[in-house]
Amino acid sequence: MGRFLLSRLVTAFISMFGVACLVFLLIHLVPGDPVDVMLGESARPADRQALRVSLGLDQPIDTQLLNYFSGLAHFDLGQSLHSKRAVSELLAERIPATLELAFAALFVALIIAVPLGILAAVERGKAWDWGAMGFSMLGVSIPNFWLGPMLILCFSLWLGLTPVSGRDGFASLILPAVTLGSGFAAILARMVRSSLLEVLGEDFVRTARAKGVAEVEVIWRHAMRNAWLPVATLLGLQLGALLGGAVVTEVVFDWPGIGSLMIESIQKRDYPVVQGCVLFISLMYVLVNTLTDLLYGLIDPRIRLDNSK
Amino acid sequence: MIRLWFPLGILALWAVAAISGAWVVESANQIDLQRILQSPGEQGLMGYDDLGRPILQRIWVGARVSLLVSVGVVTLSLLIGTAVGLFAGYQGGWLDLILVRIMDVFLAFPGILLAIALAGVMGPGVDNLIIALSAVGWVGFARLTRGQVLSLKQRDHVTAAIALGTPRHLILLRHLLPLLSAPLIVEATFGMAGMVIAEAGLSFLGLGIQPPDASWGSLIRDGASYMLMAPHMVLAPGVAIMLVVLSLNILGDRLRDRLDHRSNG
Repeated sequence: MGRFLLSRLVTAFISMFGVACLVFLLIHLVPGDPVDVMLGESARPADRQALRVSLGLDQPIDTQLLNYFSGLAHFDLGQSLHSKRAVSELLAERIPATLELAFAALFVALIIAVPLGILAAVERGKAWDWGAMGFSMLGVSIPNFWLGPMLILCFSLWLGLTPVSGRDGFASLILPAVTLGSGFAAILARMVRSSLLEVLGEDFVRTARAKGVAEVEVIWRHAMRNAWLPVATLLGLQLGALLGGAVVTEVVFDWPGIGSLMIESIQKRDYPVVQGCVLFISLMYVLVNTLTDLLYGLIDPRIRLDNSK
Repeated sequence: MIRLWFPLGILALWAVAAISGAWVVESANQIDLQRILQSPGEQGLMGYDDLGRPILQRIWVGARVSLLVSVGVVTLSLLIGTAVGLFAGYQGGWLDLILVRIMDVFLAFPGILLAIALAGVMGPGVDNLIIALSAVGWVGFARLTRGQVLSLKQRDHVTAAIALGTPRHLILLRHLLPLLSAPLIVEATFGMAGMVIAEAGLSFLGLGIQPPDASWGSLIRDGASYMLMAPHMVLAPGVAIMLVVLSLNILGDRLRDRLDHRSNG
């Protein structure tokens, strides 16, 4: 177990380091001089020099990288060019909204996908199965930025049931959560189905049935308990992906999370904030993935034995 | 069971629209103030937008962008990813270790977040869009190729080729690549579907195709402001995206069942 833990942590650390380096390089991908792009060609030379110094762009690149990492170690992500506030402060304001949306979407996905997946597996090859898999195919083919406006049109504009946008109470969370969660529900339903089908073919299920255990019991107590493992892994991996996918959904619903902060900052050419957003979401993603992996290894000894070979 | 003619028909229509799109660019950008927000009818099959431009022609032109970008990105990703995967998997050792670490770093960015950041920083335009999306897309192909090569290189025919002193590039091209083509074709089909959504998504965010040119994503973005008065502005481009992506996904599923026997569930 010790070796497994160590190897996963080392991998995670290297990934995080690489992510931080790539994010650092982002500002150097700005075509031309980033200072010109941010201030415009007509800015006074003194202002340009001041910005160059405050971003550290006047120094050689290795010094810049060193300063960047020593800043990171103190949770110092620089300063917004626009509001002059610390990037870490801006992020902290937006984190609760993004987490709220991600978890709500996860919840929506679970309550759609689990019953649907079980139904499809139990009724394999019948109408329910085709329906569920058709839904799943449709779910992965409809983009968030279309589903969102369509839901707003139906439930907010025509029926007047939910707010159009913003974050104001439970009602405003429903549509964004459904939008973000539905695509995930589609993937998850397929996973539940295939995972359950695999388990249903095992000997212990046949034994349980032969003993005369009721079918509902067989599914829930015997089969589902074993089918959860791959589903739980996917869940962990997708929670991170939800954080990334939330960007578009947040923009559609004007949800005040990190994703909309990132897009606003791109529009204002406020690159330090853009870097902060990308870095934060990606680090969260690596963290969640690593935790999922570790938990998976903890639950299922086959994984960690396989890994420490 | 959905027959294959449905997805193939849609994709053929997409290709024809993309090729012929060059001839309708002018009328797609033609502003007609008399027809602002006009609903679908005899005059315009899909209605008009907030500047009186015909939606049908704009979707037609958008098909061109979406095909161009998705084919461009998938081709570029396939070339880079397969090359990296082949070398990493076949060579092994420290080269493999370094390349896997680099792949891990790219995989550590969730979804299209990196593409959004790259497109946002590099600025809009089709070229930058293709670069930004390829920077995200190549990793999937690289990982798939490497995994396949690791198992394929143990096969007898490869061992025999090595024993016969076949040069390395011939082993890679003649003995490994043909066996890789099936899973790569499947991955590329799903990749196309993902890239159609990604291109539209970036254009929706204002990071892709710039006005007055039309992309399916920017059409949805424009339409979202007029939903109550002109729902057709959002409806039509969304249906176009959905049909194309659905067709690619169905085709990918079928190809996987046909070509890739290992994952038959």
